[in-house]
Amino acid sequence: MKYAFSFLAVIALILIAWLGSQIPGMPYLFGVALPYLAMMIFLGGCVYKVVQWAKSPVPFPIQTTCGQGKSLDFIKHDRLEAPSTNAEVVARMFLEIVTFRSLFRNTKSEIHDGPQITYESSKWLWVFALIFHYSFLSIVVRHMRLFLDPVPAWIGWWEFIDGIFEVGAPGWYISDVGLVVGCLLLFSRRLITRHVRYISLMNDYFPLVLIFTIAVTGILMRYVLRTDIDIVNIKHLTVGLVSLSPTIGAKIGSIFFIHVFLVCVLLAYFPFSKLMHFAGVFLSPTRNLKNNSRAVRHENPWNPRILPHSYAGYEDEFREFMVDAGIPVEKELSPAKDE
Amino acid sequence: MYNKGTIIPGLIIFVLLITFPLWFNAFSKASTAPKIELPPGGQKECVKPAAEMRAQHMVLLNEWRDDVLRNGNRVAVTAGGKEYRKGLQTACMACHTNKEKFCDSCHTYTSVKPYCWDCHLTPSVAAAKKETN
Repeated sequence: MKYAFSFLAVIALILIAWLGSQIPGMPYLFGVALPYLAMMIFLGGCVYKVVQWAKSPVPFPIQTTCGQGKSLDFIKHDRLEAPSTNAEVVARMFLEIVTFRSLFRNTKSEIHDGPQITYESSKWLWVFALIFHYSFLSIVVRHMRLFLDPVPAWIGWWEFIDGIFEVGAPGWYISDVGLVVGCLLLFSRRLITRHVRYISLMNDYFPLVLIFTIAVTGILMRYVLRTDIDIVNIKHLTVGLVSLSPTIGAKIGSIFFIHVFLVCVLLAYFPFSKLMHFAGVFLSPTRNLKNNSRAVRHENPWNPRILPHSYAGYEDEFREFMVDAGIPVEKELSPAKDE
Repeated sequence: MYNKGTIIPGLIIFVLLITFPLWFNAFSKASTAPKIELPPGGQKECVKPAAEMRAQHMVLLNEWRDDVLRNGNRVAVTAGGKEYRKGLQTACMACHTNKEKFCDSCHTYTSVKPYCWDCHLTPSVAAAKKETN
């Protein structure tokens, strides 16, 4: 039911945007006010989240190592899996962010007769995640042609490579197919793999359904529902949005407002959802710390300040009481006091 | 807050990246709104209504390309009582003679790069080629 509810929620959002944009004057709400609001929630929310995370101390180096740590000279150090310098950490983080090495290590566990448990490498999640994330990146970059004026040349090169197959007109993009297929694969993984299905929640399904619907509405707008979708008119609005002087000229078809409204919902939902892993990956202590727990002393930041207290100092403090109680002392009480 | 030295620069980079279009547009010269030039010859009627052409011209051109080149079917189309043979140069550019003012004004503005001109020539280039040969 969790996934059915995600679909219902997205259908409700579509209806809101579809019917809402028909009302005179409302295009300004869906095309101007909500995008600004969503963008502010997105920026503010992300910064707030990261600041909140940064307020939590990380008292110990808790990096997960997957190789030989730095040791004696004749023991080969695995520099990527147990990084001990900043440069090695940067290399490890870079590969984690760009190639998802953690997902590459994903394993599948199965119980066989015996009972016996087996672990087997399972690369599907890694492949699906690569397809999904890179398609998403490419689509976001390509959309910059609607916001930048004049359009820089490198966006043209990006579009050329993405549309290298030159199929149909308007041209067909690899990333469009990649995003739709990536969403479907990640969604069906959650449905089909039993133990993943067991731990999947509404907030796992909802973003997938939402992003899938955004992709589909975008594709429909490009190829099918082209009534009142005039790209020049739309670019006037989008460039206006980022130049802080938005205007809606001629009428724009409702599919555009549905697409934009869903993107606004995604942006506003972003900082409060699991999608924050885009910032979280930079702040994972298991990845971004150095494996130097023996080479460097790590102090717990919330330790109270305790000064060293030597025995000589202790005796100085309590000598009288020690003598009174008959405890032997190293330095007697000064005799001058007795006279 | 811990690790201010990395968190704050990281957040600044993030905000600058997200607001990239904002300051890109602020620092670059905005292009003038594209205005397409109507046929200089004064023709009033296209093969399809203007609204449909605006939304679907690329689909129509793609269909014509397949029809002419793959099916060898270059039948004539009529517009405003005049017959044109299917084709970008033979039909469209017979009236819309100026590629820069008609095609490119919108295409450049929205970064659309159709590959028509990989093979086709604009009337002015075609005329120049004819002279040299």
